[in-house]
Amino acid sequence: MDIKTFIIVAVIKIVLVVFIMLTGVAYTTLLERKLVARIQNRWGPTRVGPFGLLQPLADGVKFILKEDLVPDNVHKFLYILSPMLALAMSLIAFAIIPFGDSVTVRGMTIPLQITGWGGASGNSDINIGLLIILGATSIGVYGIALAGWSSNSKYSLLGSLRASAQMISYELALGLSLVGILLLSGSMSLREIVKQQSNTWMIGGFNTHLPHWYIFPQFIAFFIYLMAAYAETNRIPFDLPEAETELVAGYHTEYSSMKFAMFFMAEYLNMFTVGCLATLLFFGGWHGPALPFLPPLLQAILPLLYFAAKVLFFIFVYIWVRGTLPRFRYDQLMAFGWKFLLPLAIANIIVTSFIVAWRA
Amino acid sequence: MVHQVLFIVFGLICVAGAVNLLVQRHPINSALSLVVVMASLALIYLLLGAEFVAAIQVIVYAGAIMVLFVFVIMLLNAGSEERSSGSRIALLLGVPGVLVLGCLIGWIMINNNKQLGGVSIAATDFGETHPIARLLFRDFLLPFEITSILILIAIMGAVVLGKREG
Repeated sequence: MDIKTFIIVAVIKIVLVVFIMLTGVAYTTLLERKLVARIQNRWGPTRVGPFGLLQPLADGVKFILKEDLVPDNVHKFLYILSPMLALAMSLIAFAIIPFGDSVTVRGMTIPLQITGWGGASGNSDINIGLLIILGATSIGVYGIALAGWSSNSKYSLLGSLRASAQMISYELALGLSLVGILLLSGSMSLREIVKQQSNTWMIGGFNTHLPHWYIFPQFIAFFIYLMAAYAETNRIPFDLPEAETELVAGYHTEYSSMKFAMFFMAEYLNMFTVGCLATLLFFGGWHGPALPFLPPLLQAILPLLYFAAKVLFFIFVYIWVRGTLPRFRYDQLMAFGWKFLLPLAIANIIVTSFIVAWRA
Repeated sequence: MVHQVLFIVFGLICVAGAVNLLVQRHPINSALSLVVVMASLALIYLLLGAEFVAAIQVIVYAGAIMVLFVFVIMLLNAGSEERSSGSRIALLLGVPGVLVLGCLIGWIMINNNKQLGGVSIAATDFGETHPIARLLFRDFLLPFEITSILILIAIMGAVVLGKREG
C-alpha cells in the first residue's frame, strides 16, 4: 500500500465513519428517550413516523432551522470556537479505533480502521493509539471550559468550572485504570491488544472455554474505567456540570441551534468512544464465537456485528444508569474520585505489575 | 519532501503562536496561544519520529498543565491588560539586542555545521515507547527515581502550604 492509495482509502473511510457515527448519535437520542420512557412507565416519542423512528430526523431539521442566536457581551471568537473544538476532539478518537480486522477488495487488504495500514506483513497501526485517545479527551476539556467562560454568564461559568474540575480529576483514574491492560499486553496499539484477546483462557493446561478477554484478570480496572468514564462524559450520576435544578443547563446555557447540537453530538460521541474503548480493551473487540451455520455474507460481517453489539451494550448501560440513579453531591464526587478510585487504580497497577514480573 | 513541508508549516504555526502570546491583551488568549505552541511542538516531535514524546507532550503540556492555567484565569476572571507605552530604553536596547543575538546564533550554526551534525526529519525508532522506557527505567533509573522523589516532595510541600492558609 503506497501513500497515495492510503490517503484515498482513508478519506473514504473517514466519510463512512463520520456518517455512521453521526447517524448513530441521532438514533441513540431516540433510544435514550424510548428506554428512559419505558423505565418511567411512559411511551416516549411515538408521533413522528412508526414508533417515533423519524424523531431524530425531525430534531435535526429543527436544530438547523432554529435561529442561531449569539448573545451580546460574549467573547465571540471563543464562543464560536468551543463547540467546534468539543465536536472535533470527540470525532478524532474514531481515527484510532479499529472496528474490525480487515476486508479484501480486489486483492487489496484494507484494515477496518482509519489510521490502519494494510501491507504484505499484515495489518498494523500506530503504536500509541491509546495515548492519542487520551490526548484528544484532554484537549476536549478546552471546548467545555471555554464555552462556559466565553458565554459571559454565571450559570455557564459555574457549569464549566465544575465540568473541567471533574474531567481533570477523573482523567487520572481513567488513565491509571488502563495501565493494567498495558502491562498485560505490552503494547499500546489497540489492534495488537485486540489480537491478544482472540483465544480462550488456559489455566495450567486446562481450557476454561472462557474467552481471553482482559475483563477477567482486570475486573477492578474495568470498574474504575467505567466509573471514571461516566464522570468524563458528564453523564448521570456524575452530571453535575449540567444539573438542571441548580445551573439551568450548565456550560451550554447560552448556546442555541446548531452550536448547542454540536455539544450534544460531542457528548454522545464521547459515550460511543467510551463504549468502543471498553469493548477493545476489556471485551475482546471484534472477536466472538464463530457461527458456521450462517450464510457467507453474514459470516463476513460477523466481527463488525459483534463489535457493534458490544458497543451498543455499553450505550444501553449508560441509559439504564441514567434512568435509575440519582445525582451525586459535589463533595461526594470529588471524594469518590480522589480518595477511592485513584488509590484503587494505583493498587491495581502494583498488584498487576507484581504478577507480570513473577510470570516473566 | 512531505516531512520538510510539514516541518516548515508547523514551525511557522509554532512561532506565530509564540508571537501571538506576547501580542494579545487578554490573558486567556495568551494562554490559548501557548496551547497552540505546545500542540505544534508535539507535531514537530512526531515528524522527528518521537511518537511517544509527542503524545505525552499533548497530554501533559497542552492538556493537563495548560488546562490548569486556563482554569486559574477563568476563576480569577482576569480582565484585559492595560497597555503601557513601554520604556524607550527597552526599544533602544531590545531591538538591536535581538538582531545581534539572531545573527550570532545564525553565524555559529553556519560555521560549526560539521561539529553540530545534522538532524534527519524522517521516521526513526528513537522516540518509540520501548526505547524510551529502556532509557528511563534501565540506563537512567537512578536519576529518574531521584527526580520522582523531588517532585513528590514538591507536591507534599504544596499541600502543606495550602493547608496552612485554610
